[in-house]
Amino acid sequence: MKVHRTKTLLVVTLLASLAVSFFEKSLNPYYFTVIIYIGINIILATSLNLINGFAGQFSLGHAGFMALGAYGAAVMTRAVDATAGDPMSIAFLPVALIVGGVVAALAGLIVGIPSLRLRGDYLAITTLGFGEIIRVVIQNIEFLGGARGFTGIPKLTDFFWVFAFVGIVVFVISNLINSTYGKGFLSLRDDEIAAQAMGIDTTKYKVVAFVTGAFFAGIAGGLYAHFVSYINPAQFSFIKSIEIVVMVIVGGMGSTVGVILAAIILTILPEALRGIAEYRMVIYSLLLIVIMISRPQGLFGKGFNLGKLFAFKKSQA
Amino acid sequence: MNEFLQQLINGLSLGSIYALIALGYTMVYGVLRFINFAHGDVFMIGAFVGYYVAPYVIPMVGGSLFLAGPIVALIAMIVCSILGVTIEKLAYKPLRPRPKLTVLITAIGVSLFLEFSGQLFFGPDPKPFPTLIAQTTVVERDNLVITSTPLIVIGTALLLMFVLRFVVMRTRMGTAMRAVSYNQQAASLMGINLNTVISFTFVLGSSLAAAGGILYGSLYPSINPLMGIFPGLKAFISAVLGGIGNIPGAALGGIIIGLVETMVTGYLSPTYRDAISFGILILILLFKPSGILGTNEMEKV
Repeated sequence: MKVHRTKTLLVVTLLASLAVSFFEKSLNPYYFTVIIYIGINIILATSLNLINGFAGQFSLGHAGFMALGAYGAAVMTRAVDATAGDPMSIAFLPVALIVGGVVAALAGLIVGIPSLRLRGDYLAITTLGFGEIIRVVIQNIEFLGGARGFTGIPKLTDFFWVFAFVGIVVFVISNLINSTYGKGFLSLRDDEIAAQAMGIDTTKYKVVAFVTGAFFAGIAGGLYAHFVSYINPAQFSFIKSIEIVVMVIVGGMGSTVGVILAAIILTILPEALRGIAEYRMVIYSLLLIVIMISRPQGLFGKGFNLGKLFAFKKSQA
Repeated sequence: MNEFLQQLINGLSLGSIYALIALGYTMVYGVLRFINFAHGDVFMIGAFVGYYVAPYVIPMVGGSLFLAGPIVALIAMIVCSILGVTIEKLAYKPLRPRPKLTVLITAIGVSLFLEFSGQLFFGPDPKPFPTLIAQTTVVERDNLVITSTPLIVIGTALLLMFVLRFVVMRTRMGTAMRAVSYNQQAASLMGINLNTVISFTFVLGSSLAAAGGILYGSLYPSINPLMGIFPGLKAFISAVLGGIGNIPGAALGGIIIGLVETMVTGYLSPTYRDAISFGILILILLFKPSGILGTNEMEKV
């Protein structure tokens, strides 16, 4: 029944985004940009939530996967000489995105392997390291433009493709969570040693979480690249990973709805607060500290209740 | 040969700064079993205290750098100790019984908070660090030039490491620290005040980081609010390489990372400088997670 519901949701999202995409030209370009970023951030945050929230493998390298997807997809569209506005090129975009996603997923596989032996803090630092290594390697590849960046990417990303992928990522992840895999992920997160003792193949679940999460981060990267039309390695630094982590933590690790809400709010908030842009990261960091101390399950996580949100909380595990 | 010597001196001076920062990571890990992500930013604050205080201190002692250097360093160490203890009391202490991941995320939050409020207060542009070490050329032949700065950096770092070793091995407080890191519960049952020991650990770690900040500023005289990120991460890698929780290990790890990094910059390519340390981290975590001098710790269910 649950699967049935998510399927309906997916179809509704696809149809709605198709319908809206007819009006996208009449939309205020500034709002349009913000909406596209919201979509991309939802994909990034829900995919990271699979790794961090559900499987409990704290990763700080999501921007690295995003970078691989962005460069992978950009190389593909360059190879076929895709141009903005050409219907064939727009139809080719998902192919390029999937190639980018597969490149990122392969990296996810490689990052997933050390995660088989590392836990908690060490895993976090190692994934951060992988993210930085990916960035430095891209910086040194002349073919990809090095530190100067990759220019002239056709602007193929439109409303439809962004929200179609938002629908797909939410669909795939919710179904994964409601399947046996979901139970496996949760057992990993809650107590890895106990899970192992119960005969759960922890290796398999960790790798699946990393590969799936990385794949969708790659898709998001591809969409981003074909929206801004210029990418450079500095855009995918450790700060970008932190931004995605903040969305997951504010939304509540392991709560898909919460993370989607947080992605929307944290994309709009900096735009609404343009006047005090220099405070953005200060606010983000304070948000992290305050949430960890007072409400570690996130604003919209377990037990979310508008009335209770401002009341004094009792105790959490 | 001369080029090698030059790189060796550069590597040792950079490495001894990494070692000073790494000691803070390793001591906090030893006592509290978590990675104090904000430590690299305490190092940055140390450098900025030096930047703001030096113009007042230097004329006060009649322009003598020999006196001004240690005074500036001492002020930075005191300010950073207060900062370190405050961070621990406000952000980490309420989380002590919680899962480690919660503390890690908070530490990342504190780190970002220091970096970006630093950008607000100090301004994001790089600032020239005042000269605190009289620059004279010690050796000059062919293309080898050794100035006094790296030698004094290495000397100061070594001196501080010996002081630390004395404090940890010979004083009551040091004994208490070692007891807490060996077995926290048993130590507190023996009447050791955990809160005092933890605060003391932060004082030690933060003052070493502050001294590191002053030395780093003297070595590479351009400082900015984000300067703590990479030295912080590399010092952490040094601590892991040497065996986290192990004090001589952190010093050894720092020197090794500093040397490897300078050699890679000098002989291969400067752009790979940041990637190489992370590569070392991944290799060490895969093949010998306990580090060079560390001991294996069994995880009990």
